[in-house]
Amino acid sequence: MDPIVAAASVLAAALAVGLASIGPGIGQGNAAAQAVEGIARQPEAEGKIRGTLLLSLAFMEALTIYGLVVALVLLFANPFA
Amino acid sequence: MDTLHLLDTFNLLPFAELEVGHHLYWHLGNLKVHGQVFITSWFVIAVLILASLAATRSIQRIPTGMQNLMEYALEFIRDLARTQIGEKEYRAWVPFVGTLLLFIFLSNWSGALIPWRIIKLPEGELAAPTSDINTTVAFALLTSLAYFYAGFKKKGLGYFGNYVQPEPIMLPFKIIEDFTKPLSLSFRLFGNILADELVVAVLVLLVPLFVPLPVMVLGLFTSAIQALIFATLASAYIGEAMEDHGHEGEGHEEHS
Repeated sequence: MDPIVAAASVLAAALAVGLASIGPGIGQGNAAAQAVEGIARQPEAEGKIRGTLLLSLAFMEALTIYGLVVALVLLFANPFA
Repeated sequence: MDTLHLLDTFNLLPFAELEVGHHLYWHLGNLKVHGQVFITSWFVIAVLILASLAATRSIQRIPTGMQNLMEYALEFIRDLARTQIGEKEYRAWVPFVGTLLLFIFLSNWSGALIPWRIIKLPEGELAAPTSDINTTVAFALLTSLAYFYAGFKKKGLGYFGNYVQPEPIMLPFKIIEDFTKPLSLSFRLFGNILADELVVAVLVLLVPLFVPLPVMVLGLFTSAIQALIFATLASAYIGEAMEDHGHEGEGHEEHS
């Protein structure tokens, strides 16, 4: 592999995961905060809130995973190598 | 250089290897297929068939053992389909959603729980079938077919009316959505499972004992959630395709 392509790929992979984790991080924080607030206000709804929270957290997680997929493609299946 | 040598010695350990992008190729006619995916898929299918046979071999009025477990799974799947698709239509879709859920769930857990590395392959390695993009794309395309089929069966050509609901300006977005749905479904599942396996593999590479255990447990948890999400989304898409826009206020109550 061309060393410049290799270096660019490694940098791009790091940036892909790093940048892709910012948004979902904020989103997950918001969701968890709201869920805690909801539980504090209505402790009897804890089970339902937890289920919904876990499901929506996994959806947000998926956005980071897209970045990770791009990073993995760059590292292990680089189309420009 | 010393650290590099250290990494080499780690690579000599039998269970600490990282292999991504190496596959065991089988040639079928002009096609090259990933053999290791087939082997693990067949294993999962065999487990599912054996479990179903064991559960239904002698059906009791008061279920015990295997029958009890499978009845619990069936009720879970039925509830999931009912909340997403709706009381009237869900029954026909329980087999499809259930197959997706059980197969993906068992595939994910087989990759995490069964020490496939003991079996040596000439090339590539055995892992969860869902950590190969081909498997997940197949599932996602099947889901697409299923919801188109559901929509056309329910409404005929009137299904295209969905594309201009509630506003005609939504048309391009709805068309794009038909492509992004399978894309995001397949990438979500593939990325999550591959990420789980990679994180565990990297940690095992660094510290072979005990330290990777919590991450493995977390991996089991996220794998189960991913199977649940795939099934939930598939049934939500099917329910959305069959939603009745003609009578306002009727179709929306079934979304949980």
